[in-house]
Amino acid sequence: MSATPLLQVKDLSVSYGKIEALTKANLSVNQGQIVTVIGPNGAGKTTLLSAIMGLLPSQGEVTFDGTIEKVPEVERMVSRSLSLVPEKRELFSDMSVSDNLVLGAFQRYRNGQRDYKDTLEEIYSLFPRLKERQHQLAGTLSGGERQMLAVGRALMGKPKLLMLDEPSLGLAPLIVREIFRIITELKKRGVSILLIEQNARAALQVADYAYVLETGQVVMEGVAHELSDSPQIIETYLGLGGKHQAILTT
Amino acid sequence: MDAQIALLLSQDGITNGAIYALLALALVMVFAVTRIIFIPQGEFVSYGALTMAMFQTGLVPSTIWLLVILGIVVVLLDSLALIKTKQNQKLFKLLGINLAYPLVLAGLLYLLPVKDMGMLLQTLFTLAILVPMGPMLYRLAFQPVASASVLTLLIISVAVHVMMVGLGLIFFGAEGLRTEAFSDARFEWGMLSVNGQTLWVIASFFSLITALYLFFERTIYGKALRATALNRVGARLMGIPPALSGKLTFFLAALIGALSGILIAPITTIYYDTGFIIGLKGFVAAIIGGLVSYPLAAGGAILVGLIEAFSSFWASEYKEIIVFTLIIPVLLWRSLRSHSMEDEE
Repeated sequence: MSATPLLQVKDLSVSYGKIEALTKANLSVNQGQIVTVIGPNGAGKTTLLSAIMGLLPSQGEVTFDGTIEKVPEVERMVSRSLSLVPEKRELFSDMSVSDNLVLGAFQRYRNGQRDYKDTLEEIYSLFPRLKERQHQLAGTLSGGERQMLAVGRALMGKPKLLMLDEPSLGLAPLIVREIFRIITELKKRGVSILLIEQNARAALQVADYAYVLETGQVVMEGVAHELSDSPQIIETYLGLGGKHQAILTT
Repeated sequence: MDAQIALLLSQDGITNGAIYALLALALVMVFAVTRIIFIPQGEFVSYGALTMAMFQTGLVPSTIWLLVILGIVVVLLDSLALIKTKQNQKLFKLLGINLAYPLVLAGLLYLLPVKDMGMLLQTLFTLAILVPMGPMLYRLAFQPVASASVLTLLIISVAVHVMMVGLGLIFFGAEGLRTEAFSDARFEWGMLSVNGQTLWVIASFFSLITALYLFFERTIYGKALRATALNRVGARLMGIPPALSGKLTFFLAALIGALSGILIAPITTIYYDTGFIIGLKGFVAAIIGGLVSYPLAAGGAILVGLIEAFSSFWASEYKEIIVFTLIIPVLLWRSLRSHSMEDEE
């Protein structure tokens, strides 16, 4: 790993009342990398992303792009080019697709960068489907299109790091394949990604580096393709009959 | 009742209805974006009317000092954090808006001949004093508890209302005031006789509605407010801070309130506490729209205005009762129709 990671998380802990959902998690993402965090339901994956983003109060240290944040705060993290696509998408369902996308550039617009129309064209070239539906209300889109819109909206902010929370959740296999194709495409364009997935096999295939989170703790980490050969991972997350997942990413 | 009286009453009803509609829209907007039921909306109406009236009697309205004091308190609260974190640009902005602007405005008002500067300038100065109070009030009363429950926000809202009525009594005295009409023109079309002020109200109503529509549909800040109303978490993730949307919404609400006051002041005598009743009628209309629908709220407001006008003819001592009783069937109908509001995602 190189000297200065884009994102470095040190001893991050989050608790809901007395229950500790995340215990002293350490993690880092380098420039241009895809890093994935896999783990079962309730392992604290979403909590981890929310805490990094500043949506949840946390203890520990988050260093992003060279500056330490003791307690991350959402607006500041956004203005420092960190984007989160949450599990629930959080789209503006009664607004048009194009309005949703334009709002993705709100923070940049507020800071005086008025080039959102150019960015919009770039996003449309990445997701031609969204261009076809630009006047439709976001709430009328299909599940896959919504996910594309959520990712597109996050990209409108030109993030240095994009955090994706379960982008394939609840989507049909063909759409999942499309989503992973986009993730690979984004990597080619130089976007760094922190990816959280239950679809471990697919995630390990696109990622460079991986962490395994169980009951709030990082229990294993390593280069992604090495982890996918580890017997323990195969047994717990991939299974022998899980070949259909691999097919999805080709 | 003959047709001529009916026409006259309708004209009255529609004029007042247009004012209620503006207030109802402001209430719906504030509630949608911040979840605050903005009781002091009516106080901006009486402040607007009475500030204008003070200009016309040749006095510098005392409301300017409220603006100065609110500004100083905001600066005291916010500057420390900005100095600590060395955010100089934001500090200058804070000082400029909350300290320099009120003082310069106060100085100007004492230098200018306020009585003879014409209605347009008087209107602009009234707005210049009152509208910035909206964001300041949000900062002081609501921003620290922005994520509290609707009930807590409502209680604070009532407190702000009581405070503003009290201050109104100090500023303007217990006497009611009425301002000059914007125009004394009368237009006769057969039986129908329309006075100039009515046309001013209607024209202002439509231009304000159009301006608001364009703001919410075409500008990125307007879209950001709509987004905040639709999905708070989503909006925060786009870097739209709740404090910004709150202040912007209160700016608009104060603008609508003060302008409504200026428009209604030549039609009826305004006392320091009249705003509350006017705001409450706007609130009835907003409830007809379920606090969410703008067109229903506007329609409801016209209905409130018409019912009020006709009941003042048939049963004038009961006119307020009739208007406020209207809310009961509306609430009944709403509660029967919507069972699962809480579970809505």
